[in-house]
Amino acid sequence: MASGARAVSLAVAGLVAAPLAALALQSGLTLRAADGAALRFTVTQAALSALISCALAVPLARALMRRRFPGRGLLLTALGAPFLLPTVVAVLGIITVYGRSGWFSTAQGQPLPLYGLTGVLLANVFFNLSLATRILCQGWHRIPSEHLRLAASLNLPPWSRFRHVEAPMLRAFLPGALLAVFLICLNSFVIALTLGGGPGATTVELAIYQALRFDFDPGHAAALAMVQAGLASVAVLVAARFALPEPGAGLDLPAPPQRQGRLVDGLVIGAASVFLALPLAAVLIEGLPALASLPAQVWPAAGRSVATALASAALAVLAALPLSLAAARGSRWAELSAMWPMVASGLVLGTGWFLILRPLVRPEEVALPVTMLANALMALPFVTRMLLPEVRRLLLDYDRLARALGLRGLARLRYLTLPRLSRPLGLGAGIAAALSMGDLGTIALFADQTQATLPLVIQRLAGAYRMEAAAGAALVLVTLSFALFALFDLGGRHGAK
Amino acid sequence: MKILPALAFLATPALAEVPVLNVLTYDSFTAEWGPGPAIAKGFEATCACKVNYIAAGDGGAILSRLKMEGAGSEADVALGLDTSLVEAARATGLFAPIAAQPNTLPVPFADTEFQPYDWGWFAFVHLKSLENPPANFKALAASDLKIVIQDPRSSTPGLGLVMWVKAAYGDEAGSVWKDLADNIVTVTPGWDEAYGLFLKGEADMVLSYTTSPAYHLIAENDDTKTAALFDEGHYMQVEVAGKLKAAPNPELADAFLAYLAGTEAQSVIPTTNWMYPAQSAPLPQGFETLIQPAKSLLLSPTEAEALRQKAIEEWQAALAQ
Repeated sequence: MASGARAVSLAVAGLVAAPLAALALQSGLTLRAADGAALRFTVTQAALSALISCALAVPLARALMRRRFPGRGLLLTALGAPFLLPTVVAVLGIITVYGRSGWFSTAQGQPLPLYGLTGVLLANVFFNLSLATRILCQGWHRIPSEHLRLAASLNLPPWSRFRHVEAPMLRAFLPGALLAVFLICLNSFVIALTLGGGPGATTVELAIYQALRFDFDPGHAAALAMVQAGLASVAVLVAARFALPEPGAGLDLPAPPQRQGRLVDGLVIGAASVFLALPLAAVLIEGLPALASLPAQVWPAAGRSVATALASAALAVLAALPLSLAAARGSRWAELSAMWPMVASGLVLGTGWFLILRPLVRPEEVALPVTMLANALMALPFVTRMLLPEVRRLLLDYDRLARALGLRGLARLRYLTLPRLSRPLGLGAGIAAALSMGDLGTIALFADQTQATLPLVIQRLAGAYRMEAAAGAALVLVTLSFALFALFDLGGRHGAK
Repeated sequence: MKILPALAFLATPALAEVPVLNVLTYDSFTAEWGPGPAIAKGFEATCACKVNYIAAGDGGAILSRLKMEGAGSEADVALGLDTSLVEAARATGLFAPIAAQPNTLPVPFADTEFQPYDWGWFAFVHLKSLENPPANFKALAASDLKIVIQDPRSSTPGLGLVMWVKAAYGDEAGSVWKDLADNIVTVTPGWDEAYGLFLKGEADMVLSYTTSPAYHLIAENDDTKTAALFDEGHYMQVEVAGKLKAAPNPELADAFLAYLAGTEAQSVIPTTNWMYPAQSAPLPQGFETLIQPAKSLLLSPTEAEALRQKAIEEWQAALAQ
């Protein structure tokens, strides 16, 4: 492992391990009987959500990558939007559409049975379908166009074409997509509880929240976080075992458009767009009326959120790049340490750091830097997931050439690595920025009233009956997150050519 | 990290020579629409000091923060714990005895360390158009009405409801919850999600406060909401403030608590926190339309602490099936 990657690896491990240790030192690690049930439900809902999201993402990504139509680029970027919604806003959007008094129930004349595992899965798929699709689109992008041309000239029937051309690529990209969705759903808390219909839908994250906020049993929270760490690590190792290196290399010539399956592709794209757009439309409709009369606190909070998000995205990308390069060269340690922050939610990291920093500084003085760092850490696993397949590919295609040419150091970074990775770097930075925009876990512990970020202000509004103003502020948040995401994503795609 | 020094500068109170009273409280108290700003302004006019609010998420977060900081806390006053948390707060040994202030709570409340500053009755809020609102938990359980409630493990109203059923039904509480299970649409992590679901029409009733309809009436000119009067009585939430033993400014803390009990501060409470004041202060127009429970239920802090774990387990066992 290069020394840069080693330093990043150590820093990440330290920044995650120190708060866990601080929590454990407070009250000693403990687990309880009720944790078993929470654990089972957490894994079940996360695994099902990952499977369903990815099963739907395969035809969607395939359709999007096979077709060329006006607005396709915009649609690809807009696909990121559900993932950017703060969970509370997304849940309310979903309820507006699918709830007991929602659009569907009203149109159908009877209430849909939303609450329960159905609702949890629906919300998780709504959230993550777009993420899985974007990861798989990268995969389709990586199928050498020679293979597609060959398949076309041999007139391969769809099944053979899938088996010989697309299946190998899916084998490389699908485990990463499944893993990303699984890991996100592992931390699910608001979705699982609000749509789950009762305490049976308790996730480990709720148990952590309870341990930190109500029982003040930091050791219990640390033990639960470590159980989640174990789960996440197993998932990472299993995914790594199934993923195979991709075959072959291409010259990036454009593939010929295909005639087969146009109707099916059109239907898939249409249905997915409606599924994803309806709750977004609900958020828009609810938020618009309140936009004109938003409380003054919203705007400075929005500024702080954007600044924190930009810094988090930069940090996350700076850490993910060396780790992915080292991981692609075979360092399992680098790959695992990039996944490490998955062990801890913002709440766990925040509380641990609070305990460490409290004797040294006033928490308010470090509120935004700590939030920025925590958000960068939380985004690191996803950014690394985005980068890793592409970095592997880059090494496979160009490593020998670069060595032969003696291209190294900054020159290699500038002329080879960055241009070839611009697409996943943009997507990764966009996702990191968006994740940071929606975060509530860390900032809530550190900020005083002059430093609130936008999600915190939304929570305060909603907590004071001002649901309309909260919806308006949520719309501002979504718009800003989406703008940041689109900026990075389009920038990355632009830089790729 | 260039922004760090700049932030530190911003966070340091500018007026170093004026004493600063630090009040640790929950988020919504300090919001521009909450009671915090007016109370700070009013107190500052009397004390030649500056009030600085340290905002933690909610009542539970205040207590965790105090436990984390221990005697090293720079807070002088902690404001926003409720009776279900008082015993746990007392057990930290961080609170100092305070001068007793009279209060006008519907049930006697006296505590040597905690002073009530507002209170409310928990109640199920519904639209006035709801036909035959239930008059007790059993009628509710027998009906087809749909309700949204909060999780007692993450929300103080959720915990209040569990205590309400426990205070009204004792050992029968478990079976009452079993009967209620099919009325519960869902359980949310916090009050705001539940209330949001109710406003969207996802449920006929939501667990909130008898004073909730006053918000809609006074702030939104909307008189379509009311609360159901239960004949078992209504459980109360009493919010309290206390002085820290390690308070850097103990005299200021005492003065602040006295100000908090006065008419000026108390008259701010009804239309900012949407609760009843703890002292007889004039109520704004609109409050007279609210339901008035004949019977108030409140477990003492020690009883509440002793019952909490068991009551939550009963609730969980009845609903998890």
